[in-house]
Amino acid sequence: MEAYRRPRPQAFDRRSRASLFERAGFNSLDPVLLFAGIALIAFSIYTLGVATSNDVPGNPYYYVVRQSIYAVVGIALMFAVARIDYSRFRELRVGIYTAMIASILLVFMFAEATRGSHRWIELPFFTFQPSELGKVLLVVTLAAFAIDRSRRGDSDVRRTVRLLALGMFPAALVFMQPDLGTALVYGVITLSVLFIAGVPWTHFAALIGGAVALIATVLVIAPAVGVPILAPYQQDRLTAFLHPSDDPADSSYQINQALIAVGSGGKTGRGDDATQTNNGFLPERHTDFIFAVVGERFGFVGAAFLLFLYALVIWRALRTMTLSKNLYGSMIAGSIAAMLLFQIFVNIGMNVGIMPITGIPLPLMSSGGSSVIVTFLALGLLQSIYVQAQLTSRRGTTPF
Amino acid sequence: MGPDWRRPPQPSQFAFRAAVLGGVGLLAFAIIFLRLWYLQVLSGDEYVAKAQNNQVREFTVQAPRGEVVDRHGEVLVDNRTALELQVKTTDLPQSKVRRQRLFERVGDVAHLRPAQIRNKIRAEEKECAACPVVLRRDVPYDTVYYLRENQSRFPGITVERVYVRHYPQGSLAAHLLGYAGEVDSTQLDDPQYEALQPGDQVGKDGVEAAYDSLLRGTNGESKVQVDAAGQPTGGQLSSREPRTGNDLVLTIDDAVQRAGEQGIASIGLPGGFVAMNIHNGQLYGLGSSPSYDPSLFAKPRISPATYKALNSKANGAPLFDRATNGFYPTGSTFKPITALAALDSGKLGLNEIINDTGDFDLGDGQVLHNAGDAVNGPIDLRQALKVSSDIFFYTLGARTNVDSGDGGPIQQWSRALGLGEPTGLDVAGEGTGRVPTPQQRNSAFKANTSPDSACGEEVCLEKGEVTDRAWSLGDNVNLAVGQGDLQADPLQMAVVYAAIANGGDVVRPHVGMRVTDPQGRTIQEIDPAVRDHVDIDPAAQRTILDGLHGAAMEPGGTSYPVFGGYPVDIAGKTGTAETAQGDQSWYMAVAPYDNPKYVVAVTVERGGFGADTAAPVARLILDQLLQVDESKVEQVSSDGPVE
Repeated sequence: MEAYRRPRPQAFDRRSRASLFERAGFNSLDPVLLFAGIALIAFSIYTLGVATSNDVPGNPYYYVVRQSIYAVVGIALMFAVARIDYSRFRELRVGIYTAMIASILLVFMFAEATRGSHRWIELPFFTFQPSELGKVLLVVTLAAFAIDRSRRGDSDVRRTVRLLALGMFPAALVFMQPDLGTALVYGVITLSVLFIAGVPWTHFAALIGGAVALIATVLVIAPAVGVPILAPYQQDRLTAFLHPSDDPADSSYQINQALIAVGSGGKTGRGDDATQTNNGFLPERHTDFIFAVVGERFGFVGAAFLLFLYALVIWRALRTMTLSKNLYGSMIAGSIAAMLLFQIFVNIGMNVGIMPITGIPLPLMSSGGSSVIVTFLALGLLQSIYVQAQLTSRRGTTPF
Repeated sequence: MGPDWRRPPQPSQFAFRAAVLGGVGLLAFAIIFLRLWYLQVLSGDEYVAKAQNNQVREFTVQAPRGEVVDRHGEVLVDNRTALELQVKTTDLPQSKVRRQRLFERVGDVAHLRPAQIRNKIRAEEKECAACPVVLRRDVPYDTVYYLRENQSRFPGITVERVYVRHYPQGSLAAHLLGYAGEVDSTQLDDPQYEALQPGDQVGKDGVEAAYDSLLRGTNGESKVQVDAAGQPTGGQLSSREPRTGNDLVLTIDDAVQRAGEQGIASIGLPGGFVAMNIHNGQLYGLGSSPSYDPSLFAKPRISPATYKALNSKANGAPLFDRATNGFYPTGSTFKPITALAALDSGKLGLNEIINDTGDFDLGDGQVLHNAGDAVNGPIDLRQALKVSSDIFFYTLGARTNVDSGDGGPIQQWSRALGLGEPTGLDVAGEGTGRVPTPQQRNSAFKANTSPDSACGEEVCLEKGEVTDRAWSLGDNVNLAVGQGDLQADPLQMAVVYAAIANGGDVVRPHVGMRVTDPQGRTIQEIDPAVRDHVDIDPAAQRTILDGLHGAAMEPGGTSYPVFGGYPVDIAGKTGTAETAQGDQSWYMAVAPYDNPKYVVAVTVERGGFGADTAAPVARLILDQLLQVDESKVEQVSSDGPVE
């Protein structure tokens, strides 16, 4: 690892011939990933522009302006992170992990109650959601702990249990906020780190068995014996998608309206006749249900294009995972790929009526500063891994 | 099996796990892609339809009912608009707590207690589950504006502009006009009302019910685009204008009606009256006193206390219609029927003289007398009618008595002229009355003396029954002068006198004359055919009318004090029937005498002699029919009323 940091005379030669673009380090970024990320945020801003112009009285560009500011901040941070060697985060793992736990705990102490949950910290210009930032911090630190464990030579079981504990502790905190969706994302991150770290299949089998038992306990057994773990609205939301037509006025109202919006979009979309969006039938259309807006307005063509952009991101993330110069980078890239894939699948799934409503935002599409900026940070990490891999491969070393 | 953690993982193992991740990603995207394909490409049209349904709300636009006017176009019933605070129960919040808070907010605005609102809704839901519940009528405008501006805080609460029945003439003809109200669930199940929606107005009684299908309009409908909050977005999709109901022209003359109602009301006793055309059955007046304010029934719900007061005997039971349901013995007004029966059956010659000695021996020790113990000496039929000799008609009653079955000629003629059954008035709710027969009394009497009855062999009277003895001669003698078990109402008696005056046509009385559309074009004339015809010997008819003419216009006639100085010659008969409550006062008039056109019947409960109360009211009615100025009626010297 020390070898990476050693300055090499060859680099000076290259820099002397480099253009401004190259000197900024852009030439070694993954161009496809860069394009997909910027295209997604542009799509998001455009969609918000047409869907939310009547949502805030007297301010038709409220969401557009905010999302644009988040995009600029996010992209700047992405470039900044891309230029840092991600390997440095490994050394800071304990500090970062502690800070992450502390920030989540801080929410409980200071945050205002918003719609019954404690998720946000009010800052002067920005409502900060620590659990969002926690997603990338958890990826970076959990992967580092995994490497750490492997170096110390712990036994397989001990290692798996320790990593699980490190991942599930913040997940439990977030669940208590209560934010079921983000807690599930933490769980996915933990599982994917374990998976890429090479935890034996038997452990996974045990984990999946445990997860099934947990879900059964939470949804069926606990309510049956009178110890509800989920709030009634959470329970409703989790099961309503199984019977969307039961009561149009209740939990399944959102699912019904989203289904009607997506379905009515047809092949090419309804354009300005998108009444589900324009007349306010679609709830949360700037956040959780923005995919339904896309589906209604741009139809199958638009939705498929959006899927294509996400597919590009996942593809490049998985590719970066295989190109990484070290296992740490592979674990980060793989976990980010799994995290984004999970969010995309669950969010779009709930928009098309095949997944429960969990309040997970659609990365880079849903309006919201924390989510947009954190997703760009994740893309920045991918770029960093990609850049480092390029540098290393030029020096003639292979990642493995 | 697991990799060696002390060293970097094997590239092959790592590549496999990367491939698994990629596979999961591919699967996820494939699932979403196929789901999108299904939703948007395969089922797109279905969801477009759902999206369009989502934003369309249908509003019913209430059609006003037609107006009811009298024969000269005087408005009796029209409409006014009112603002109604309504609850659409289907749009109320599901949660009990939110419902309660909503009721508290509504209560503040409408000055009602939440419990009152709940009770109203509960009561209405029993009647009609889907009907809107009216909380308050005629809400002030500031309340309306407040509710409109804060509609989102009042889900299910609306203010509707509705048409309400309005009665410019007050209580005039209240019994006849009836009322319209919200359709109830039993009516909704009736195929006759299949076009109606919950909340629609429908005729419930009187003319409103009888001519409901003509008076009722066709509701309009408008489909508008609304947003998720139910607020119209301005897009009008389709609309159908409401069609106002047809207008109904009644045969009633408001002046005649008012004269009758005020005439009886001025006496201060309950009574009823009829004024009818003898040829076609058109009713110029048909009323009962005391009357009531029909707009009480235009309200969404009549209070139990008000309803009780309307039925209370102490108030004269204003709801009770004495013109079509007031059944009393008719007293001497029955005598023309007895005369016709006796003449037709040969029991009396047209000029036959009977000596009125003032006494009539029933043969069982009972001796009957004339009213006022008068002695009229030898008289013929004409004289007997003029002075209303009871002895003369007792004699006819005895001559025509038949002790079994449906009785003799008097019963036959009574039934033929329309007594004992409804007259077929075009407004429902008429009573039947009774023509007493031997068979009725004997069967009731026998049943009552059977050993199985409650009293065994002893006679015991059930409440209201008169079955303490079998039919006897006295029953027929009583019937001959309109006493005893006879029960007839003013409308039936008017039909009887019309038949005598017109030569035997038993007309079908009616109040509907013509139906016109809102533009005033006649779409239906109402002219029902006569119900029956009885052959009346013209000589007998002439003699009877002549007798009645003498009774009204000649000195010594029973109603001479009232009609002696009347500018138009009429034929009239007084009646005083003994009832448990007191003497029932009757007067029957046919006018003008030389060319009869109108029949007037008046009865007053506890009114004493016919000439005292009923005849003056009949004169007030005739004033209007014959255009007579009451101040020009000559006063004649009175010998005192005689019966």
